[in-house]
Amino acid sequence: MDFDYFTQLFLGGLTRGSIYALIALGYTMVYGIIQLINFAHGEIYMIGAFTGLIVSSVLTMMGMPALGVVVMAAMAAVIYSSAYGYTMEKIAYKPLRNAPRLSALISAIGMSLFLQNYVLLAQTSDFLPFPSLIPDFEFWEPYAHMITSPELVILITTFVVMVLLTVLIKFTKIGKAMRATSQDQVMAALLGINVDRIISFTFVVGSATAAIGGILIASHIGQINFYMGFIAGIKAFVAAVLGGIGSIPGAVLGSFVLGWTESFFTGYISSDYEDVFAFIILVVILIFRPAGILGKSETQKV
Amino acid sequence: MKKMGKLFAVLSTLLFTSVALTGSCFAAETIKLGVPGAHSGDLASYGLPTVKAAELVVKKINANGGVLGKQVELLVEDDVCKPEVAGNSATKLVSDGADVILGHICSGATKAGLGFYKDAKIVAMSPSATTPDLTLSGEYPNFFRTIAHDAVQAKLQVKFATEVLHVKKIAVLHDKGDYGKGQAELARKYFTEAGIEVVLFEGVTPGAVDYSAIVTKVRRFKPDLVVWGGYHPEASKIVSLMRKKRMKTAFIGGDGVKDDTFIKVAGKYAEGVYATGPMDISKNPLAIQAKKEHQDAYGSDPGAFFDAAYSAALALLNAVDKAGSTDYDAIIKVLHTEYVDTPLGKISFDENGDATGIGFSVYRVENGAFVEQK
Repeated sequence: MDFDYFTQLFLGGLTRGSIYALIALGYTMVYGIIQLINFAHGEIYMIGAFTGLIVSSVLTMMGMPALGVVVMAAMAAVIYSSAYGYTMEKIAYKPLRNAPRLSALISAIGMSLFLQNYVLLAQTSDFLPFPSLIPDFEFWEPYAHMITSPELVILITTFVVMVLLTVLIKFTKIGKAMRATSQDQVMAALLGINVDRIISFTFVVGSATAAIGGILIASHIGQINFYMGFIAGIKAFVAAVLGGIGSIPGAVLGSFVLGWTESFFTGYISSDYEDVFAFIILVVILIFRPAGILGKSETQKV
Repeated sequence: MKKMGKLFAVLSTLLFTSVALTGSCFAAETIKLGVPGAHSGDLASYGLPTVKAAELVVKKINANGGVLGKQVELLVEDDVCKPEVAGNSATKLVSDGADVILGHICSGATKAGLGFYKDAKIVAMSPSATTPDLTLSGEYPNFFRTIAHDAVQAKLQVKFATEVLHVKKIAVLHDKGDYGKGQAELARKYFTEAGIEVVLFEGVTPGAVDYSAIVTKVRRFKPDLVVWGGYHPEASKIVSLMRKKRMKTAFIGGDGVKDDTFIKVAGKYAEGVYATGPMDISKNPLAIQAKKEHQDAYGSDPGAFFDAAYSAALALLNAVDKAGSTDYDAIIKVLHTEYVDTPLGKISFDENGDATGIGFSVYRVENGAFVEQK
């Protein structure tokens, strides 16, 4: 019984961590390349979920089979959110690239509020039901009480996305350019790398992962509204900082640590203090490792 | 300064003449119904429908010869829903000679006014103040209300859970907010008093991405029923997750859950969920008539607490009529013993001053709609 309970909490924390990870990846990639905390990232996730809802409703009405709906909705959400991410970078961050970092941060917060209110006005302030796009797999039925099919899909997707991102950054030409830009923008530009394009590409990739997250999570919790990106974004940001912002394995590890912390504290102590414990862990880790678990500490040159 | 002085003089003259007029024309010939409440400010939408209800009732009664052969006169006072203003409104109504009071609207303001009415031996009846203590403390024998107080809902849940669902142990979850936590604490109190074990009492963070940990924890304690204090968005997330994790534990919420959005959002997972909410009065002929009177007189649908206020006005004036005078003790006796037909149904008042025969019902989601459980 007790081991069973532990396993369930462990799996619950793993799912929650995967959810955070899908959002945290975008934070950490953008930070890694231009040292900007993109506070509007949670809103991209929310827009992805809204696009997914609209497209899947239309397709379901047209009588498309479930699998087709999932694929089409995910593709539409990825394309739409990436377009938002790209435009956002061009409008709100590119003009401020050489401005003090605080200006870009304020711009990011402004973008976040703008997108939230835009969706509030253009769509609705109500909670909307989100269809369960991921069906209950029959072969999984014996384990469904431990971890549901959508949770399983979230876990696998996070793993796949993480592997793909690692391959992209480590083994492709554009990945090499991204690493170079992250290390030294001026030097990278001198060596013939189109820095602007690399930065745009980073935003597009980050937004795409957030959109995938948006669809999976919305179909897991079954509802969306314009405000859903805020709390999820904050938690994912904490996870990214916990793991070491700028580091991709760090973001994933930080997300799992945060997910497990919340899950176990809720399970063994009380959910009243879930957020309190989450932030205590953050503070404790930052005291001992100021750059996060896997972060590289950089000495500032004066 | 000189100008101000002149203005003041004119104003006070006007005031005096108006007082003199009412004094001379209607002295002792009218029944005065005081209507204090929130008539301006943020919460005016809670108070104004009561004024309209009083106007409609009084118009109808006056057209039929009034009460005890006298016409009924309204004394409307704005308390802006603020306790500090409500004291002044109450004093003014007392000194203007109000015979009975319909109000106040907000619980805090009601509490502030009640002491003045008690000293002056005036009966007050609120259509909307729901703080349990106003009646349950026994401090104000002159106070009555035509709305069920918050604890009624919790007691109804206990009654339903023990008599219909036969539960032995329950889990109480809430959203940590004023409304949700308040409900959860009342539920814990009354369930414990009924001898039912509360195995889990916890708050969850609204808006979190995932509730699987708390759902797992609920499963571990194996309650027969989950009682939810809070609004519908979190309720639908938790219920959906429970059902997805193959848990069949019954789930009951309060009026924050009895909202059609809950069914819309939770979809098939909403089936079988219980919620308590105000009784359905839309089929009561008096309620239909009151609504029609409002539409005819003001060209719009009635607002918040209109039915309760309409009923309170009827109950008060009926009590004066039956008592044969505006004597305090006689009115109170009638309110406690006589039934009166109102839009809320046939009501009387229990020893605390709460209306009987009104309140909440338990609903169950069946085929995508809330169905009242008898």
